Amino acid sequence: MAASPDATGTRPANVLRKAVVIGGNRIPFARANGAYTQASNQDMLTAALDGLVARFGLQDERIGEVAAGAVLKHSRDFNLTREAVIGSALSPETPAYDLQQACATGLETVVGLANKIKLGQIDSAIAGGVDSASDAPIAVSEGLRAVLLELHRAKTVQQKLTTLAKLRPKDLAPNAPDTAEPRTGLSMGEHQALTTAAWNVTREAQDELSLASHRNLAAAYERGFFDDLMTPYRGLAKDSNLRADTTLEKLAKLQPVFGKNLGAEATMTAGNSTPLTDGASAVLIGSEEYARSNDLPVLAEVVDSEAAAVDFVHGKEGLLMAPAYAVPRLLARQGLTFADFDFFEIHEAFAGTVLCHMAAWESEEFCRNKLGLQKPLGAIDRTRLNVNGSSLATGHPFAATGGRLVATLAKMLREKTDAESRPTRGLISVCAAGGMGVVAILEAN
Amino acid sequence: MADRYLDLVNAGPVKSLAKKLGLPQPAVLRRYRPGAPVLPGPVLVLGSGSGADVLAKELLGWDLDVRRHVAPKERLGGIVLVLDELAAPEELADPMLTAGSSLRDLAPGGRIVTISRPATGTGQPAQAAARQAVDGALRSLAHELRGGATGNGIVLGEGVDAGAPAVLGALRFLLSGRSAYVNGQFLLVGSGVASLPANPDRPLAGKVAVVTGAARGIGAAIAETLHRDGARIIAVDVPAAGEQLAQVANRIGATALQLDITAADAGAKIAAHAAERNHGLDIVVHNAGITRDKLLANMDQAKWDSVIAVNLASQLRMNEQLLASGVLREAPRVVSLASTSGIAGNRGQTNYAASKAGIIGMVRASAAAFADAGGSINAVAPGFIETAMTARMPFVTREVARRLSSLQQGGRPLDVAEAVSFLASDAAGGINGQTLRVCGQSMVGA
Repeated sequence: MAASPDATGTRPANVLRKAVVIGGNRIPFARANGAYTQASNQDMLTAALDGLVARFGLQDERIGEVAAGAVLKHSRDFNLTREAVIGSALSPETPAYDLQQACATGLETVVGLANKIKLGQIDSAIAGGVDSASDAPIAVSEGLRAVLLELHRAKTVQQKLTTLAKLRPKDLAPNAPDTAEPRTGLSMGEHQALTTAAWNVTREAQDELSLASHRNLAAAYERGFFDDLMTPYRGLAKDSNLRADTTLEKLAKLQPVFGKNLGAEATMTAGNSTPLTDGASAVLIGSEEYARSNDLPVLAEVVDSEAAAVDFVHGKEGLLMAPAYAVPRLLARQGLTFADFDFFEIHEAFAGTVLCHMAAWESEEFCRNKLGLQKPLGAIDRTRLNVNGSSLATGHPFAATGGRLVATLAKMLREKTDAESRPTRGLISVCAAGGMGVVAILEAN
Repeated sequence: MADRYLDLVNAGPVKSLAKKLGLPQPAVLRRYRPGAPVLPGPVLVLGSGSGADVLAKELLGWDLDVRRHVAPKERLGGIVLVLDELAAPEELADPMLTAGSSLRDLAPGGRIVTISRPATGTGQPAQAAARQAVDGALRSLAHELRGGATGNGIVLGEGVDAGAPAVLGALRFLLSGRSAYVNGQFLLVGSGVASLPANPDRPLAGKVAVVTGAARGIGAAIAETLHRDGARIIAVDVPAAGEQLAQVANRIGATALQLDITAADAGAKIAAHAAERNHGLDIVVHNAGITRDKLLANMDQAKWDSVIAVNLASQLRMNEQLLASGVLREAPRVVSLASTSGIAGNRGQTNYAASKAGIIGMVRASAAAFADAGGSINAVAPGFIETAMTARMPFVTREVARRLSSLQQGGRPLDVAEAVSFLASDAAGGINGQTLRVCGQSMVGA
């Protein structure tokens, strides 16, 4: 029987509803080749999901949709998120999809699923991300791959032998993954070193930001801030990159690792750059009605988001500068200034990245020439920046960082709103490979 | 961990060899299974008073064959000695000797339960003597039982009749497989309001329970057992145990709450979680505990303080906060984990035994406050239980500890959980301020 156009149903009205962050869970992040060496992306994502399920009692529940992704991904993981869902305590009838947008993967899963909720297509969702630098895929060389494919097509023994004869010793060396940009051949650190030098960001300023990140993260653990944001995994109960006792003196002793051939002083060290990290995160989002009818808390609303990209290939802009463009566009659309924000969560790919973004927003020249603004956006209040630590201290499992940021900020906003009985607002900014950036606004009231 | 000796002596040639050599012969205990009969055979009700008649009638309602007289050579599931009208010591002989003549007919996993009244400091000396005599007779009888059979008693408080719901609730627990590792113990049933469950296999249906220390061992077994009996569970453990806690929670559809119970606001946080997620709280199981064993001569302040803080002070604070929070619903029930170490003492455990003895004092003194709220607070004192903790004991110490009880074996976490679940149920509403030992009638501190 065909449905008539005026049949009663639950067809979504053309009115957007709110999408809210209910809570989050991540496993502690581990430095590569550490506690999670033997864990695959699927293992870690499943663990992050199971911790979330346990925290909110979602066992056997059919969630509207789960989206997650990984940046370093094996070809066998073509359905990574769905496989993790099947292995988790969620209902096996929960659909899932993979998403990949470099380091913005995690934040983009939140944005995409929040939009589906706002449209009334789904009531609940889990957004997440995972990455393992330890269990990274290693691919065969292009030469070997071409020969193997041709061998598969060969029909006669002679054809097969001819094909095999094309193999050269160098073809047997595997291709290990790296963080080099395909179009420039430069690593992300070398790219950032160019930008850091261009903006004259000092070594001291970078080390200070790194110190603040470690101190803030240590303090957050100390007061139990992560008790309901994290579930230990494989014996690890805290981010293994955290150096609670680090000092400016210790950071100052580290040798520079990036930008050593730029002519200018090299300022980027292992202390003010994020290490390769393993980890996973997950965020539960839903409509207000879903949260209410399931007796779930509401932390914050996912208000809006903006993506940007820059032309780093032709040297017009630094590789990781896209957020400097995305943020002003988002503020303009929402009619907001920096003064309207209680918290800023700016992903610390490198201390220099954060400092370059902030320098750009304070620069009259940048804001006029690149953004077309009459006056600069202004300075960000440092007391509102990454107040519970960020990637320099936690580490940065690429696709897992977005979920960490969203859950952390949502909880901070809820606490501040409850304590001060007023609405609060926070900004998230994530830079990504390929010259991209994704930023988003959360609000609590 | 597995008790290989128990497995060996219950099968094949080793069984008869152990018997010939007079070695300990621990039996496989009769444990509760949902839907199983209360007893593995007919029940013999001894006693001539009105209480015996009432109980015999009630037991018929539990689908049991009830005998009022000894039928020679009939296999019995249990014997109930109704002694509530004892007035003089001489009156004890007949029921005891009658029961004795039937002991050889008691099925493996059989049950003996006495119903008596407390010997108080007032009243006739002869009556008090008779009542107190039951205590010694029952405890000795329990030592004599074999084949996993147990003997326990119910003591009727002032104004409590043998047929009261609170008595029936306690009787059903003691007859059933739920009390497999409870032996030689007395439960004092007072006048608190008790009600029997509509479905005896779901005594906690509709209840919300928080269990601390739920990530592993006895705590995990308690969470699973309360869930089996119908309760929705809030599983609490320290953040560092979160991975195991999540696994327990996901097995039983619970919510996992990572929380340090020694934090000043732990009770308030539990109350807030229960209010938001479950609209209230019915049952609190204080199971979380730690050991920091040292001879007192070598004990330092940190080891002493941490054990008292986790095992005792946190419970006092949480009870206070939960009572004040308004989250507790009608008939709230608290069950705390004590220990036989807190009764008998244990070398190297001055701090631990102090904390566990403190629990016994705490529940006794908190009983009135919980009675005012329509509820109850009791403790369970486990003896030697097979857990990861006891698996780390030296081999000889462990073997001795295992055989040093009437049941000649260690208990399972499940055995403790069954007692907790019973005390957390409305059927146990008449029991308040008590400490129930789950120790297989351990010889220590008996």
